Amino acid sequence: MADLVISNLQSRVPALVVQQLAVLNLCLHGAEITGLNGPSGSGKSLLLRAIADLDLSTGDVSLAGCSRASMAGHEWRKRVAYLPTESAWWFDTVGEHFLQTDIASLQQLGFEADVLSWKVTRISSGEKQRLALARCLSRLPDALLLDEPTASLDESHTRDVEQTVSDYMGKRKVPVFWVSHDLGQLKRLSDQAMEIQLDGTLSALHL
Amino acid sequence: MNLISLSVIDLAIAASLVLLVALLQWRMRLGNTQALLIAGLRTVAQLLLLGLVLKIVFAASDLYWIALMSIVMLLAAGREVMVRQKRRFIGSWGFLLGTSSMFISAFSVTLLALLIIVQPDPWYLPQYSIPLLGMLLGNTLNGITLGLDNLTRSAWEKRTIIDGRLALGETWSNAISDIRRDSIRVGMIPIINAMSVAGLVSLPGMMTGQILSGTPPVEAVKYQILIMFLIAAGTGLGTITAIVIGCHRLFDDRERLRLDRLR
Repeated sequence: MADLVISNLQSRVPALVVQQLAVLNLCLHGAEITGLNGPSGSGKSLLLRAIADLDLSTGDVSLAGCSRASMAGHEWRKRVAYLPTESAWWFDTVGEHFLQTDIASLQQLGFEADVLSWKVTRISSGEKQRLALARCLSRLPDALLLDEPTASLDESHTRDVEQTVSDYMGKRKVPVFWVSHDLGQLKRLSDQAMEIQLDGTLSALHL
Repeated sequence: MNLISLSVIDLAIAASLVLLVALLQWRMRLGNTQALLIAGLRTVAQLLLLGLVLKIVFAASDLYWIALMSIVMLLAAGREVMVRQKRRFIGSWGFLLGTSSMFISAFSVTLLALLIIVQPDPWYLPQYSIPLLGMLLGNTLNGITLGLDNLTRSAWEKRTIIDGRLALGETWSNAISDIRRDSIRVGMIPIINAMSVAGLVSLPGMMTGQILSGTPPVEAVKYQILIMFLIAAGTGLGTITAIVIGCHRLFDDRERLRLDRLR
């Protein structure tokens, strides 16, 4: 099992809301979901982005004993996938964003096979969010950093997403970091949970 | 054919047309009036000054004077590239990126033209070297400005897309590839347009000048073709250099998008 070990990680992005951004020391275990909760502007997304090495940060993160400093940025992010709340689509059709056409999770997320020919300008925000998860998982990452992955979904699709992530995690024994506003969801899913405050302090969250 | 000399009144009539446009812009609140007037004044002052300087440089025909003038032209072009961009690189990069790209392209193409193609004697003969360099700098300046402006503006507007592609594990080069291709295309549009319509729609400026001063048309045409190709080569080289280096600068050693390097 591959653990994601985060030591003394702090984002170096100039803070807007908070006085000080959190310093994170945490071990995300393989095949476990770690939940993260906290008010808007407390820097949850910044933490995930720092782990994925998308922003400047101090500290170190390693996956299965391999420090991110030992590999190129894109190799790290290929393994440690950050799924933003707002996904980006840059080609004309959905399918062009996938590296292969046989995507197991699409059906589980409630799509037919013809979804790959859809025009990206016509997909709704909820569809975008589910498709972004399918796109992320299709690249077979070794760790998942999910930033409110069900923010624009209804109850039934939320359950689809939760099940899809659980299945992927169970199959590949990857660690999952799940940011959510919904305490009920975190209670349902997470094996451990953290809470981040506006002053940048982190504490264990008991659900 | 004798050259018809222009009087001050002739120029004043042309200037009044520009003033008319400025007045229209001002009355219709279209903005930009000031920029037009300042550019007009700069044209008069700079060209008069150039006339005087060229008189001296042509008379001296000294390599050092010509080199000095070339450097002044380059620095002025570099400054122009910098200030015409909405979002430029901060620090010395803002100036050096455009300037060094122009140096690499415009200077090398001019040198090649002087040493191998035109071969005046001496090779730096200012009647040839200064106008050649001027035309190349002026055109590469355009290409580089348009290209870099497109690059930095697109990177800013499409940062979610670039960031999203990085998050999916793409290399920085892949994540910016569309914008890079587009920026080089945009930088090359003016010269491609100019070459496409040359002779059909527009009579290029240099050829017009030569014909007006009595050169046989076919000679003027040959020079114009040479100039067009040199400009296309210079603009292409300069734009590609500037865009490729600019793309590099938008990312750091961890392949993170660094928009904080833009202002």
